[in-house]
Amino acid sequence: MKSPVRLERRLTQPRWLNWAIPVVSLLGALAVGAIVLLATGKNPLDVYWRILDRGFLSQRAITGTLRTATPLAFTGLCAAAAFRLGVINIGGEGQLYVGAVGAALVGLWVGGSAPVGITIIVMVLAGMLFGAMYASIVGVLRSQFNTNEIITSLMMNYIAGIILNYLIFNSRSYWRDPRSMGFPSGKPLEKRAFWPTYEIFGTSVSFGFLLAIAAAIVLWVVYKRSRLGFEIGIIADSPRAARYVGIRTKWTIVAVTAMSGALAGIGGASQVGDFAHYLDAKGLQLNNFGYTGIVVAALARLNPLGAILVAVLLGGLTNAGYSLQGPDFPSGLVGTLQGLILFTAVAGEILTKYRVRSNSGATKAVAA
Amino acid sequence: MTNSAVRMTGVVKRFPGVVANDGVNFEVLKGEVHALLGENGAGKSTLSNILTGLYRPDEGTIELGGTSVTFGSPKAALDAGIGMVHQHFRLVEPFTVAENVILGNPETPFVIDTGSTVERVAELAKRYDMAVDPNAKIWQLSVGEQQRVEILKVLYRGARVLILDEPTAVLTPIEAEALFKTLRAMTAEGRTVIFISHKLDEVMSVSDRITVLRGGRTVGTVATRDTSTRELASMMVGRSVEFSRVARRNPGTASDVVLSLTDVGCKDDRGRQALHGVNVTVGRGEIVGVAGVAGNGQRELAEVIAGMRSSTAGRIVVGDKPVPNGRARAAIAGGVAHVPEDRLHTGLAAGHSVEDNMALKNYRTPLLSRFGLLKRNIITSQAGDLVTKYDVKTPDTATPVRLLSGGNVQKVLLAREFSTNPKVLVAASPTRGLDVGAIETVRERLVEAADNGVGILLISEDLEEIMSLADRIVVMYEGRLVANMPAVGATREQLGLLMGGATLEASR
Repeated sequence: MKSPVRLERRLTQPRWLNWAIPVVSLLGALAVGAIVLLATGKNPLDVYWRILDRGFLSQRAITGTLRTATPLAFTGLCAAAAFRLGVINIGGEGQLYVGAVGAALVGLWVGGSAPVGITIIVMVLAGMLFGAMYASIVGVLRSQFNTNEIITSLMMNYIAGIILNYLIFNSRSYWRDPRSMGFPSGKPLEKRAFWPTYEIFGTSVSFGFLLAIAAAIVLWVVYKRSRLGFEIGIIADSPRAARYVGIRTKWTIVAVTAMSGALAGIGGASQVGDFAHYLDAKGLQLNNFGYTGIVVAALARLNPLGAILVAVLLGGLTNAGYSLQGPDFPSGLVGTLQGLILFTAVAGEILTKYRVRSNSGATKAVAA
Repeated sequence: MTNSAVRMTGVVKRFPGVVANDGVNFEVLKGEVHALLGENGAGKSTLSNILTGLYRPDEGTIELGGTSVTFGSPKAALDAGIGMVHQHFRLVEPFTVAENVILGNPETPFVIDTGSTVERVAELAKRYDMAVDPNAKIWQLSVGEQQRVEILKVLYRGARVLILDEPTAVLTPIEAEALFKTLRAMTAEGRTVIFISHKLDEVMSVSDRITVLRGGRTVGTVATRDTSTRELASMMVGRSVEFSRVARRNPGTASDVVLSLTDVGCKDDRGRQALHGVNVTVGRGEIVGVAGVAGNGQRELAEVIAGMRSSTAGRIVVGDKPVPNGRARAAIAGGVAHVPEDRLHTGLAAGHSVEDNMALKNYRTPLLSRFGLLKRNIITSQAGDLVTKYDVKTPDTATPVRLLSGGNVQKVLLAREFSTNPKVLVAASPTRGLDVGAIETVRERLVEAADNGVGILLISEDLEEIMSLADRIVVMYEGRLVANMPAVGATREQLGLLMGGATLEASR
C-alpha cells in the first residue's frame, strides 16, 4: 500500500523558507492549541493574548523574559558551536555548573578588593576557562580515543551536579557560607562584584544578556568568515577531504569543544554575577538550562544569532506559562501548549530540507 | 550431460549505462575447481551475483545439474545448494564460531542445543582440514580463520557449489595454501568450487579449468594443464594493441627529477603492510604510469606522497626538499598536487560550494586570508576565473559541488590542483567513471600540465590510458613495484602478466 504523499529531498533551499516555515509552524501550533483550549472550556484568543502579554509585551514581562533567556542563550550557543562540527556536546548543563563554580571562585576571591571592572572581567574569563577545560575532557576523549561524546558529555553533567552538591552541601568549601549553619548555602559575593544591569527603554537588561549577544556575533563571524569556521565546515561535510588538505581534525575537535564549553561557562558565570550572587547549587540544577539549550540550538538551526532569538522566545513562553498557571489553569495545560509549539517548530524543520509531493504526480515530477 | 554442475547460457545483465554481462556462457563441471578470471569490471561479480540469486538476469538461462532454474532470492539459491563466500565477511563479531554458522539456518530450532551444534561444526571443520575453534568469538579470530567460518557457514547449509570471491585477497601465503588444501578436500567429495580471482599464478595452481571474462563477455574456457600464465594474461587484457600515443609538445625528461621515493613502506587502514620498499622517480614534465589491479597498494602510494598517510620507512623528496612524513599541508606547500580516486568525498567537500572547493588548497595563504579571517570576495573571484579557464559548467560559484556532473566535478578538482602551481601531480584513476568527452578533456589537461613541466604520477587500472599517456610505466603488484620500463615498446600482454604477478623475466 503506497502512501498518497511522500517526502522528496530539496536540491536547493530557497531563502524565504527560513522564515516562512517557522511562522507557519507557529500558526499550526496555535491552531491545534486552540482546539485543546476550546475542549477545556477556555477562550483561545484570551489565553493567547495573555501569553503574548505576560511573555513579551508588558514592560515587566520583557525584563523577566530576558532574565530567563540569558542562560538559554549561552547553552544554545554552546550546543550550536559544537553541533556545527558534528560533535554532539550535550554537556552544556555540566559546563554551565562548572563555569559558575569558576566565576564564583574568583568573584569571592577578588570581588572585595579588585576594581569593579577587573572583577567582572576575571569572573567572565574564569567561567569561560572552567567551562572550556571541563568540556575539553570530552573533546580529548573523542579525538584521541574516539569515545562517543554524547555519552561522555551526558555523564559529565552528573559529575558536575555532584561537584556542586559537594561544594555547598557536603563540605566546608571556599564556596559555602560558613554562617549558614541550618541550611547550607553559597557564600554571597560582595555587592561591588555584582554584574551591572542597564535600563534600556524601561526594561532592565543584564550584563550577561549583552554578553550573550556579543558572543553570538563573535560565533557568527567565526563560522561565516574565519579560517577556523571554514575548516570546521569541511570536517563536518567530509572528514576525508579534511584529511586530504591537512586540516588538523583532532586539534579542531578539542578546540571547538572547549569553545562550546566556554560559552556554557559564561552562562554559569552570568548566573552568579547577574542573578544569584552566590554559587546556587540548587537553583542551577533546577532549570535544565543545558538541555533546553539543545532545543534552542536545534530550533535556531545552529545559527548563533537565531539562538538568541529562540532563547528569548522560549524564555517568554516559560515566563508566560508561570503566570498563566493558577487554580483555573492547570500546569498540565501550560505544558501542553508549550509542547505543541516546540513540537510543530521541530517538525516544520523537515520541510526546509524536504518537500511534500503527491505520489500520483510522482512520475511526471521526475520526468520534468 | 549430467556431469555439469552449473551451466549459464547467454546471460545478459544491464545496469543503467552499462552492460555488465553481455551474453556470458559459463559451465562448471561437478567436482572441479573452476576459476573465473578477469580484470576489475570484467563482469565476474555480476555473474556470481546472478548465480547466487542477488540479481536476476535480463536474458539467459541457468541450469543446475541439467535442470533449468530461476532464483528469486539469495535464499532460493542457497536452498538449491549454491553458497557464496564473500570477500567482505558477513559475521557477527561478538558471537562464537558455532553461533555464526547456525545463524540464519532455517533448520536451527528455537532452543539451540549448543553442545551438539559445537560438535557438528567441529566435525565439519575437521573433515575439511580447517583449523578453527567452534567456541571462539569471531573478533578473536584472524582474517584467515574468519574466512574459514564463512566457508563452514555455507557447507553447514549443505551447499554443493561454493563460490569464493577473491578469497586470497585478505590471506597470507601460508593461509592461502591451507585454503587451497581445503578446496581440494571439498572437490574430492564431489563438491564444486568457483574461484573468482585476477591473480594468474594462484589460478594456475588451484584450478582445474579456467573461464576468462573481459568487458562482460566470455573470452573462453581452458583446461589449466593446457594453458600458461602468458596465454591467460593476453586473454584477460585482450590483444588489441592499436592505440594512439598522445602527442607531446615538450617530451618529459627522466633525468631532472622532481619526485623521488626511496625504499618507501607504509601500512594500510587495517595496519597491514601495504607498500614494501617502493623506489620510483618522476622527472620534470614526465608522465609515469603506475599499472596494476586495484588493491595492490596504489591508493596507499598516492596517499603517502600526498602526506595523507605516514610512511613506515624510506624517504620522499619533492624538487630538492624532503617532504615531512605524513603531513598533507607540508606536501601541498612543497608542490604536490593530488587527484584522489574518490574525488567527490576526498578530493572535494561535496556539500560545499564550487568556490569553497576551489579555495581548499590555498585558503590559508595571505592571498585568501588575513588574521584568521577569509577574504570571501577574493575567494569568489578566484573561483570565477578558474571556472572560466577550465570551462566548468556550473550555474554559479556558490553551487554545491555535489550538484555538478561527474566531468565537471573532475574539472573543479583539476582546476584547483593546477592552480597551486605544483611540481608534481599524483593522479589516481583520473578518468574513471567519466563519459568520453570528459575523459578526453581530463587527458588533455594532464598532457598540457606535463608539457608545462609538471611531473605526473598517473595511477590507473586502465592499461589503454597508461599506454597512451605515459612516458614510462611501472607495475605494482602486492605493494611492490615489479617493473619499470619505457612506455614505447611495452605490450598489453606483458603488462597483463606483470599485473598478475609474473616476474619481469617471465613476461619477456
